[in-house]
Amino acid sequence: MSENQNPAGNETSPPLIEMRGVSVGAMRDFSFRVVKDVNWSAAAGEFWVIAGQQQSGKSDFLMMTAGLMLPVQGSYKLLGMETQRFGEGELAERLRVGFVFEGGQLFNRLTIRENVALPLQYHRDLSSTAAAQEVQTLLDLMELTPLADITPANISDNWRQRAALARALILKPEMLLLDNPLGRLGGRHLHWWLRFLDRLWRGHEWYGGKPMTLIATTDDLRPWQGAQRKFALLRDKKFLPLGSWKEVVLAGDLIVKELLVIPIETTI
Amino acid sequence: MEFASQILFDRLPTEFYAAAMRGNLAKTFTLTDTQIFRRAALPKSYTDLLGRKLFLFLLTVQGLVAFALITLGVILRKSGVARNVIRPRIRQEIARAGVGLLPMFLFVALALGFLVIGQTVSALAQVGATGYLGSTMVIVIVRELGPLLAATLVLARVGTAHVIELGTARALGEIEALEALGIDPVHYLIVPRVIGMAVGVFALTVYLIIGALSSGYLWAFLQDVPLMPGDYFKQIAEALGWLDFVLLALKTLAFGFFIAIVTCYHGLAQPLRLEDVSRVAVRAVTQGVIVCVLVDALFILLYLLT
Repeated sequence: MSENQNPAGNETSPPLIEMRGVSVGAMRDFSFRVVKDVNWSAAAGEFWVIAGQQQSGKSDFLMMTAGLMLPVQGSYKLLGMETQRFGEGELAERLRVGFVFEGGQLFNRLTIRENVALPLQYHRDLSSTAAAQEVQTLLDLMELTPLADITPANISDNWRQRAALARALILKPEMLLLDNPLGRLGGRHLHWWLRFLDRLWRGHEWYGGKPMTLIATTDDLRPWQGAQRKFALLRDKKFLPLGSWKEVVLAGDLIVKELLVIPIETTI
Repeated sequence: MEFASQILFDRLPTEFYAAAMRGNLAKTFTLTDTQIFRRAALPKSYTDLLGRKLFLFLLTVQGLVAFALITLGVILRKSGVARNVIRPRIRQEIARAGVGLLPMFLFVALALGFLVIGQTVSALAQVGATGYLGSTMVIVIVRELGPLLAATLVLARVGTAHVIELGTARALGEIEALEALGIDPVHYLIVPRVIGMAVGVFALTVYLIIGALSSGYLWAFLQDVPLMPGDYFKQIAEALGWLDFVLLALKTLAFGFFIAIVTCYHGLAQPLRLEDVSRVAVRAVTQGVIVCVLVDALFILLYLLT
């Protein structure tokens, strides 16, 4: 597989994400622009890692990318449709995009099993019994079965994050957006996540072998090294597509060095 | 280079655009007009203070009315959506705002019967009018005290829980999570609470009235009032008209609806931080009581007009 080729092997697929002159507002103060003038396209089957320091606007950018916020300026087509027109009628389109929050943001009054089952039950109008089999399969895949009947407050950050991934995947979205998914993980979990995301991107057997488009943000680039991922940088309110890992290394950007935790004087 | 490194790693963002609270705290915190008024420094004159209070009142009324209309709209528009999820949630809420409070209400019914009978028997006996005991009970308990007391107790026991649960969920980012999953937070969180509370207040008021009227006779009997059970309940039946039943049902359903709207509005409709939750709970209970009294006043007018 060539460096920039997606696992679907289709380099000419229409972009799932198409931003032209987009500015992103902060959720706290929508008039404040976190990122300005973004011109970016992401095609189906790509795996993007968007790096940025803390408070560089990664979360706001990703929430806007998921269609949860509107752009302050510019044109943003998600799945070929202007997000300005997204309403309740476009719910089916919205569900093609999954979102994993940093920290999980699970529903604290529900057990892990109920958290994972809720989107499935709500959107397909299923009883808990009818949804049980599908939920159990995913829980097994995520190794969450022993914790399934516990509420989120009683499990560690590592497992909460994994439960959030399961909740986002239960509706089998085409594209998955992850807000700093590795930020709070211990070593073993970190490796599991990288392996699992890679399998999702290439086409997981649970998903019928269909490749998934992935977009993740990070404030630490080290775990994400990989020739087949595409990288972008959020810096000084700008979105800078860097390209492949090789181009990231060649860029020699000071912020990139910081995100790689490399001393500034070292040449990379 | 060492200096450059220090600048790079220690530098502070020039503009803190948002998200002072990260992680599990709410990362969104837009101050609403109401919150800006509440946080502003005290004005210099009493008239300014009065003006600010008036603005606050109007903004709160506007917010509550808008929230009530949105909730009604969602109840009507989404009655057939996700029934397998929403119906069990409604049952849970009815159990919480109704069945779960039944033991407490039976105790209150006993006490209420005693209080009203204890006072009225002595007063009526002085003028030889114990024959009016039944109609007095209807006026005091069925029309006024029963519904208002039931509403206040449900507000205290369940309404506060609503504000705290929803406020915490809001502060922990669960509302954004629902939106990301394409689940309407008003449909999933508010509709079951509103229906549950309306049904709960209605049912508990009926039990409270039956309990209080029955215990009233018990206390009258213990005070040697010469009144046979048949006469007592006949007096009550004669004092009750069809309008009492209709207005009682409407009034209790309205109490439940508005208590749920006020408590859910304060818990959900405004951006909250965790430390705001307790303060908001107190405000919601106060406003809940005021709304109940206003609804009650409206129904008194209806009684008088009809």
